[in-house]
Amino acid sequence: MIIAIPLDENKKNVCVSFARAPFMLFCDTDANTHDTVPNPAAQADGGAGLKAAQWIIDHDANALITVRLGQNAANVLQAAEITIYKSEGEDALANAAALQEGKLSVLDHFHAGFHGIQ
Amino acid sequence: MKVAVLSGKGGTGKTFVSVNLSHAAAKTQPAVTYIDCDVEEPNGRLFFQPTHVQSEEVHTLLPLFDAEKCTGCRKCVDFCHFHALVYIKQKPLLFSEICHSCGGCQIVCPKHAIGEQPHLVGQLEIGMHDSIRVITGILNTGEASAIPVIRAALEKGFSQNGFVLIDCPPGSGCSVMESVAAADYALLVVEPTAFGFHNLQMVYELVRLLNKKCGIVINKADMPYAPLENFCLEQNIPILQRIGFREDLAQLCADGKIASLHDQRTAEQFADILQQIGGEATI
Repeated sequence: MIIAIPLDENKKNVCVSFARAPFMLFCDTDANTHDTVPNPAAQADGGAGLKAAQWIIDHDANALITVRLGQNAANVLQAAEITIYKSEGEDALANAAALQEGKLSVLDHFHAGFHGIQ
Repeated sequence: MKVAVLSGKGGTGKTFVSVNLSHAAAKTQPAVTYIDCDVEEPNGRLFFQPTHVQSEEVHTLLPLFDAEKCTGCRKCVDFCHFHALVYIKQKPLLFSEICHSCGGCQIVCPKHAIGEQPHLVGQLEIGMHDSIRVITGILNTGEASAIPVIRAALEKGFSQNGFVLIDCPPGSGCSVMESVAAADYALLVVEPTAFGFHNLQMVYELVRLLNKKCGIVINKADMPYAPLENFCLEQNIPILQRIGFREDLAQLCADGKIASLHDQRTAEQFADILQQIGGEATI
């Protein structure tokens, strides 16, 4: 399973924003590896949520752990059958471990989107 | 002549100024058109109460995918600058509220698998108030972009020569830029308050950027607001008129009446504005 988690500047904590997170952590639980990649959607003019969602789909992610998510991005991820989980606590790797232990709950409330307004 | 009425801040009196100025122009000009581009809440029609109203639908075009022809090459998705298309399970998926109807996806598709489908976004109402042609743009509730309805309203209004008055939406964003782009003159309506002045500066920056001639009408003018007065002096912007903060004017507006028809002083003020911006006027 590949888990995507938006990361803060410190590359350690879960970022409160999905689309505008500076980095994304991809954890491959089968290979037991993880990789931190700059998020190409962070500086997008508009449609950042859709762009970020597309990007993690292209990374073959199966799950996303996030603080919150916009409705458009949620629609895309659900159409791609990516499960969305609500993060618990700040540490991203600890969240990935918690997911594997079945300790995270599914996120099912989405905001209307910020449309470029931070 | 095309005059755009803008304000930055909402509620300063754009529609009040637009309606009364149209009325002043109609006394001397053979063809006057009022275009309500404040399509999210078009209120000019409440004052004009136009008759012989005809409606026209406004549509945008959205891409329509032919699943049989689409090979999932992804060129359309990669082309879309607005990220309105996403690629899921080897097929493009459209997010219609983000689509800007540019038609680019259709052009780049090597298999000609993308057609177009109309999407209803609003309507125009075209009616008459005496000799004034009243064009009202109305955006459907929930639509993300006002631009297609504004464009349709302007196109309809510009189809006839003469004096055209464009009642702009509030703010200084895309819909205001669209409304003011074709105008010869920008009339800025401002309240003498900190909030009004702040937003005036934003909209002034916009009209300067667009190289528009402009002048200011201070509405609800109870007493001079020094930062606004100084700004007009420094930037050399003419203050065309000061319209008093008067309860009888507020009452006329609240009753949906055209103030110039009921108040001689207001009629004179608008005739004066018209003369200063280059239109002929009689009281």
